Amino acid sequence: MKEFNELNDKKTTAIKDLLYRLADDQLILGHRNSEWTGLGPILEEDIAFSSMAQDKLGQSQALYQLLHQIGEDDPDTIAFTRKVNEYKCCHLVEYPIGEYNFSLMRHFLFDMSEAIRFNMLGSSSFEPLAKISKKFKGELKYHTMHAVTWINQLGHGSGNSPAKIQASLDECFPLALGIFEPSGYEDILIGEKIFFGEKELQEKWLEAVIPVLKNANLKIPDIKNIKASYGGRKGIHTEYLKPLIDEMTEVYKIDTKAEW
Amino acid sequence: MYGGGYIFEETKNGSPENEDSRKLEIFEARIAAGEKIEPTDWMPAEYRKQLIRMIEQHAHSEIIGALPEGTWITRAPGFRRKLALMAKVQDEVGHAQLLYSAAETLGKTREDMINDLITGKSKYSNVFNYPAVTWADTAIIAWLIDAGAIINQVANSKGSYGPYCRALERICVEESFHLKYGHDNVVFLATGTPKQREMVQDALNRWWPPIMHFFGPSDKISVHTETLMRWKVKMASNDDMRQKFLDMYVPKIWELGLTIPDPLLKKNEETGQWEYTEPDWQEFKRVINGDGPCNKERLAVRRRAEEKGEWVRLALLRSEEKYTVPLS
Repeated sequence: MKEFNELNDKKTTAIKDLLYRLADDQLILGHRNSEWTGLGPILEEDIAFSSMAQDKLGQSQALYQLLHQIGEDDPDTIAFTRKVNEYKCCHLVEYPIGEYNFSLMRHFLFDMSEAIRFNMLGSSSFEPLAKISKKFKGELKYHTMHAVTWINQLGHGSGNSPAKIQASLDECFPLALGIFEPSGYEDILIGEKIFFGEKELQEKWLEAVIPVLKNANLKIPDIKNIKASYGGRKGIHTEYLKPLIDEMTEVYKIDTKAEW
Repeated sequence: MYGGGYIFEETKNGSPENEDSRKLEIFEARIAAGEKIEPTDWMPAEYRKQLIRMIEQHAHSEIIGALPEGTWITRAPGFRRKLALMAKVQDEVGHAQLLYSAAETLGKTREDMINDLITGKSKYSNVFNYPAVTWADTAIIAWLIDAGAIINQVANSKGSYGPYCRALERICVEESFHLKYGHDNVVFLATGTPKQREMVQDALNRWWPPIMHFFGPSDKISVHTETLMRWKVKMASNDDMRQKFLDMYVPKIWELGLTIPDPLLKKNEETGQWEYTEPDWQEFKRVINGDGPCNKERLAVRRRAEEKGEWVRLALLRSEEKYTVPLS
């Protein structure tokens, strides 16, 4: 493909790093969300979380496929055989599903960033990424619609529901800021118009999430005094990622050459 | 999945004799003519009771059945299997949703049904009291348990109660994909490496007795269900369904070079009937009454999910006092 041949080494490295970050986030959060299957607070939420998890898995597979086209291994090998410190996901997606309020808040904060990210990547100069981003955008529309509806409902819900949602917001916020940990390739990505950069994404994300949170009667955390949970993009992860990867690859590693 | 065999209670009070004979006559004539009974139509109390019991058990089987397979979603090898298993188990939960709705039309709420499940008052298909020990167990479940369920559910979809029949028609379409997925999975294992072959043979050995139990006790020892058959609640005999299953799937299992762990299993060419070692019905009874390998765990997981999710359901119930937005 023409667009692949034109990539020079430096640019390729930057694109690969970006794709790994995006794909690993989708894979790990998709894996986490699938853990709700059979255990949701109501059947309809089991089904909703499963649908979103399937979308995320499909998105990660498509992004790994792009990586494969620019010289990396095939999607299964990439997803199921790397070492833990080779994953580039952010800390937010690694945490266990916890209580429903945690999973819901994580889904809201993460998918709001995804919707903006893939909307803007729709005009990336790296055409294959622009093309699949447009497809993802259509899927993410429903994820954010789901998240916003529930945050609203439970923020205004009866009993201890608002307090639980507030506690999750406070817990998730530093982790969510870790989504926007800058990579070592921001200048190239921005200069080459591949991606507009994590800083700009974070600003747009704040503009989008704050009104929803306020509308749900929630207190916005003091952003200036919060330390973002960085490290994931460089392969430094929380204690939760290794057990997840071990579990995910348990069967695959019985024989990585076998066809399953 | 997961219809399971018919296990009815003995008919006690509420026998048709106590019903208004004229209404009963019209009701039975409608069923005999192939009409569907709808929620607002008159129906005998016993018909309502047995239908609630059957549809409720079916719905419970779907959500409990999601557990042994669901636990392998996080371990599925590779994207293709992971995505397919996620979609399959999601379908099963969706079936529960459809079936609880069908049962609700008869006057019992979803909350009451789930409460009866987690307190052990109401049953579910016995097969899910057995563990899915390896990845290959999920392949055998998806292929052969779903195959058994289709035989049962296709029969039931021709029954007399409209909402149940309509739910089953949709469920059967989805189940046919599950069966294809399960078969494909078993084919890969059976034709794969020696280790994969060993895994799938072991899984078949483990699951064969529960599969034979799946259609319910032999007709020789089942309660009499003539009235329920006349009312098209029960649509086929347990033994007939078992025979049909063996007819359709034993050749397919043998074709893959797998061995079925029953030395007596063979088709009698004269009678056209399969002969097999009589399943251990004492074990079936013991497991259905709570003493199987996974009964306690399955209910504990379901109970914990209900308890952990209670605040969400409560928050939704009264939130419209302050804020109204449609949920979807």
